[in-house]
Amino acid sequence: MKPALLAALLFTVAWPAAATAQDLGAPIGEDGPVERAATEASQAQAEEGISFTVTDESAWQDIGIAIPAFATDRDRATPANEAGTAALGREVARVITANLRNNGLFKPVGPDSLPQPTFPQITSPSFSTWSGRSAEMLVHGYVRARDDGRLVVGCYLYDVALQNELVREGWVVAPGDWRRAAHKCSDLIFSRLTGESPFFDSRIAYIAETGPKDRRVKRLAVMDSDGANHRFLTLGSATALTPRYSPDYSKILYLSYVDGNPRIYVYDIGSGKQTLVTENRNPTIAPRWSPDGKHILYSMAVAGNTDIYRVPATGGASVKLTDNPGIDVGGSYSPDGTKIVFESDRSGSQQCYVMDADGKNQKRISFFGGRCATPEWSPRGDQIAFTRIAGDFNVAVMNTSGGNMRVLTRGWQDEAPTWAPNGRIIQFFRTEQNTGRSGIWQVDLTGQNERRLPTPVDASDPAWGPIRP
Amino acid sequence: MNTKIATILLLASATGLAACAKKAPEVLPPAPTQTAAPTQPTPQVQPSGPAVGTQGHFAAAVGSSTTIYFDTDRYNIDTQDAAALQAQAQYFARFPQVTFTIEGHADERGTREYNLALGERRANSAKAYLVSLGVDANRISVVSYGKERPVALASNEGAWAQNRRAASVIIN
Repeated sequence: MKPALLAALLFTVAWPAAATAQDLGAPIGEDGPVERAATEASQAQAEEGISFTVTDESAWQDIGIAIPAFATDRDRATPANEAGTAALGREVARVITANLRNNGLFKPVGPDSLPQPTFPQITSPSFSTWSGRSAEMLVHGYVRARDDGRLVVGCYLYDVALQNELVREGWVVAPGDWRRAAHKCSDLIFSRLTGESPFFDSRIAYIAETGPKDRRVKRLAVMDSDGANHRFLTLGSATALTPRYSPDYSKILYLSYVDGNPRIYVYDIGSGKQTLVTENRNPTIAPRWSPDGKHILYSMAVAGNTDIYRVPATGGASVKLTDNPGIDVGGSYSPDGTKIVFESDRSGSQQCYVMDADGKNQKRISFFGGRCATPEWSPRGDQIAFTRIAGDFNVAVMNTSGGNMRVLTRGWQDEAPTWAPNGRIIQFFRTEQNTGRSGIWQVDLTGQNERRLPTPVDASDPAWGPIRP
Repeated sequence: MNTKIATILLLASATGLAACAKKAPEVLPPAPTQTAAPTQPTPQVQPSGPAVGTQGHFAAAVGSSTTIYFDTDRYNIDTQDAAALQAQAQYFARFPQVTFTIEGHADERGTREYNLALGERRANSAKAYLVSLGVDANRISVVSYGKERPVALASNEGAWAQNRRAASVIIN
């Protein structure tokens, strides 16, 4: 009796202890692709007649886009919205409006100040209504609840002056994924009007911060690109830092002090389990994925000296890529995976270097005065974003040989840029002087459209994932 | 073995005292009662003071020398650091059962990952110096906190100077 009781006690005590020992919350489950739905009209129709050419971003911002509430064939209950599919259609239009407005891309007008089209009008708009409101572009859409509970969301973009359909697409989503359909529609509009790749349907991993400056609690967290669907992944008993989403969103690399030392872990999002990136007694920091997700870069200090290593994502032997008495840290692959940009203080201060993916041909590229830290290669391949330290800390970009350096932000301490999947927008974190409070900000490549992202608490170390399938 | 420790003790205290003479008055040489009985460690007296194996005992013995400070982006041991580490080495020679961690830190005016590497470098630099003074490397663990754990909270040169540090913390 007594040993059994003791064993039972030990079991009940040990189980939650094991969970907290890893500092992990409940798993959030896997990410899946969104199914495309057939829309009624032919695709060919969509390819005709675009009426203007976009040459720079400032021109986009003058485009007025009307985004009235999405219609529904019949108002039905859906787990996505208590009030039914008609109310959900209004929400979808609001999300699209916020996406386009918040990123400084266009002048969208949302459903709350516009008349609502009927379901038949989605495919044959009342153009006179919209030209009278001086809208140049018109977004229509519908939300339909299927009998299996899933939602079909259709999205149509019209040129009001030409009275012409520019593009249409539809998606089938689970009710819990309705925002993804709104992001897919935002991406469709953005791509059609700018010729750029999409970026709205993506997620961001970051560090949520609470507490006073000397006892900051730092938790791993994730959210959609617009701040929705926010989740904390760690509990906060151990400091978590510097996350990176895997290219397929199945895993997150991040640093945790869960065993008392800085160590890189591979966190599996589906199972909620994590493993060390490499079995080693030395501290490991600064994790990065290769673009194909097959390799991981990490930096490891041996007897105080930090160098960059590469290990297969499935485990195995590590390869040392730098071998230098200076601090070599970080690393960001070019999109084709052939080169790596990293930072090193081998010259006496932090500067940016490029090497081949196997560590050969290491060459400094930053020669513009000040320091070059946390370089990140653009997904488009043509630019490198970095933290420029010259008095204050600011986010800057340069080309891949270190030329055409441009400073984009003017904060006291702006740090650690991360690229939107399409390489048009950069997020970073800004720390306030004295208080140490931090927030995630984003800026476009002109440096003119800067805004703070809404997060439930203070935030740092953003890592923008790729566009979702 | 004993003679080796004794020699190190003598050397360390000599240089420690010499360096202390040039330093700020807050850094006091070890109390005379503690240096007077080197042959019998862990005396059971001192009923009111902190016990051996605690940070309090270490701090009472070496004063502010538990922590050394660095210039911006530097990790070298200057003469002030050397004096403090000599005081530490003297303490660790006297209490050979004590193990400890050196925590390396950086100020907030650096990027996060670089600061983690820099804190690691500073802590290892302090460890190497202690090992050169005869402290067994197996007694010393090292951890970097980068800029994550500041002690001075303002954003100015004075605060940053206090945060660029390597602090020795007793494990037992």
